[in-house]
Amino acid sequence: MIAGLLARIGCYVRESIESVGYATRSFFGLLAVSPGAMKRPALISEQIHFIGNYSLVIITVSGLFVGMVLGLQGYITLTPYGAEQKLGQVVALALVRELGPVVTALLFAGRAGTSLTAQIGLMKAGEQLSAMEMMAINPIQRVLAPRFWAGVVAMPVLATIFSAVGILGGYLVGVQLIGVDEGAFWSQMQANVDVRADVLNGVIKSLVFGIAVTFTALFQGYHAEPTPEDVSRATTRTVVIASLMVWGLDFVMTAIMFNK
Amino acid sequence: MSNLVEIRDLQFAYGDRVILSDLNMDFPRGKVVAVMGGSGSGKTTVLRLVGGQIVPQKGGVSVGGEVVHQLDTDGLYRLRRKMGMLFQFGALFTDLTVFENVAFPLREHTDLPEELIRDLVLLKLNAVGLRNAHKLKPSEISGGMARRVAVARAIALDPELIMYDEPFAGLDPISMGVTANLIRKLNDALGSTSILVSHDVQECFAIADYVYFLSHGKVVARGTPAEMRVSTDPYVKQFVNAAADGPVPFDYPGKSLDEDLGLGERA
Amino acid sequence: MHRKTIDVWVGLFVLLGLAALLFLALKAGNMSTLSLNKTYAITGKFDNIGGLKPQAPVKSAGVVVGRVGDITFDNKTFQAVVTLDMDASHQFPKDSSLKILTAGLLGEQYIGIVPGGDTVNLAAGGRINSTQSAAVLEDLINQFIYSKAADGKDTAK
Repeated sequence: MIAGLLARIGCYVRESIESVGYATRSFFGLLAVSPGAMKRPALISEQIHFIGNYSLVIITVSGLFVGMVLGLQGYITLTPYGAEQKLGQVVALALVRELGPVVTALLFAGRAGTSLTAQIGLMKAGEQLSAMEMMAINPIQRVLAPRFWAGVVAMPVLATIFSAVGILGGYLVGVQLIGVDEGAFWSQMQANVDVRADVLNGVIKSLVFGIAVTFTALFQGYHAEPTPEDVSRATTRTVVIASLMVWGLDFVMTAIMFNK
Repeated sequence: MSNLVEIRDLQFAYGDRVILSDLNMDFPRGKVVAVMGGSGSGKTTVLRLVGGQIVPQKGGVSVGGEVVHQLDTDGLYRLRRKMGMLFQFGALFTDLTVFENVAFPLREHTDLPEELIRDLVLLKLNAVGLRNAHKLKPSEISGGMARRVAVARAIALDPELIMYDEPFAGLDPISMGVTANLIRKLNDALGSTSILVSHDVQECFAIADYVYFLSHGKVVARGTPAEMRVSTDPYVKQFVNAAADGPVPFDYPGKSLDEDLGLGERA
Repeated sequence: MHRKTIDVWVGLFVLLGLAALLFLALKAGNMSTLSLNKTYAITGKFDNIGGLKPQAPVKSAGVVVGRVGDITFDNKTFQAVVTLDMDASHQFPKDSSLKILTAGLLGEQYIGIVPGGDTVNLAAGGRINSTQSAAVLEDLINQFIYSKAADGKDTAK
């Protein structure tokens, strides 16, 4: 019985590793057709609209609230040490280094990721991708690649907007509502937020997240079975796998980038 | 009269499950050939093999002299540009309008100016009777109309070979008649060869020049529709007469009713 | 949706992102104080740099005039060698001195440069010889304890 259990675990591990390998191969396949996809910028631009613009509302609102909460919590935490002048710095660094890229990536996985997975899954179910193949058009190049690059472009933009709006939210709560000194708020922030170490690293993080989340969404959609149950499972898998990847990558990148 | 498509000693299986075996079929140029049989007899698989979407284990399909599964990607795409395929429920691109669906192959494979594309698309839609619907989206038209738009899209590049996968499935009698008429007229007007996969006896017999009957992946009968109608082969007879039981059994194989009810071996 | 309309929306999207990035860089970050001016490097050796880190400010009269670049260890003199990237618009005399100071009571450490009186200024690659190391907290406490103990002995005598 133990042997059976071990065999099953072994099989499961082997299948998981195999699917990682297959996913990696698919990823490079996607990159391989991308130069051809780049010749149709209108397709990519259209997808940026669907993926990016339609996420603006949730990203902006979330950023605002996260910033405001940071302002509140930051103030409460700093006051016992008499360090409330540092509020601007705390809010800005938390957002730019971590919360901006990570929370945006998670929201992106939920909003854009699931919609991509469902769309691709249903296109496959309705044989639209097969029809394209039979018309001698590579569906990976025509349908998947533009969506991939649109996601890669949209993510850093959204994360930057999130951080910026968050800082404004922190300002509204900290300075306008609570009464932290406005000059101290901005000057402490400016003195301690480094464009290269903090802002740029945050942008790099969101770029990496964009690649991971968008690819996961497209991959899951492409390999979903053409049934409602499996399309639904595929969207769940997108969110779960993309979120886990974001956390894992965040840890690795933070360790590399912010290692003083 | 030479053959455009030839299938020789074809065997195809999914893993252990053999779908087609020892298949030999000819599709002469300019003719409409029907491939018929019950569900699961392997008809759609034949189309996918001709189109190069799947690769046979043994034997091969040759189109215009070229063996399909030996072509490289460029060769395959070149071949597919000479084919038009109608998928079972149309497979229209749901995010595009009727016009844009038919224009799609033209825009992707030719450098024609927009004015010319517009004229061509409207002409193709006119051939299927849907020119005035060109602004609508697939969600706004009926299933039968969507099927016709898909036909227009399949013939957009005036292909040499047109393949129809169950074109009559789920249509009302009028639409069926219209579609059948269209398939025949288009074939003759374009001088193409058509492969028609269907289980609709009446419509197929009305328009096909030659018929193949498949059962469990093998050709069980072949001939002109007239020959099929008077055939004595039990399978063909069951099919043509739509009999409930015959070589294709009604009951799913397994235990007999007596066994299931426990009436078996009681003395 | 018409192609032109989509282009407008996507353009707005990208511009919004750029605006956010500029905001972060200029208003939130230190880009406005990041001088793209030329810098010249000078070095100073310290017995103990304490908690001094690269990118720490170099201040004179409280104004930032440069940044700490590299910090390395000299294997021969067993001293820390600190490279300072000084803003080219500020020249200092050759006999200026360096001190490691702390911002606030327990804050970050920075370098203060006190100008000397020499008429010749430091050139790029120049070295400052007069340096004062960081005040290490443990040494200060020890000093305090010993001085208190000494006072106690005196009064006891």
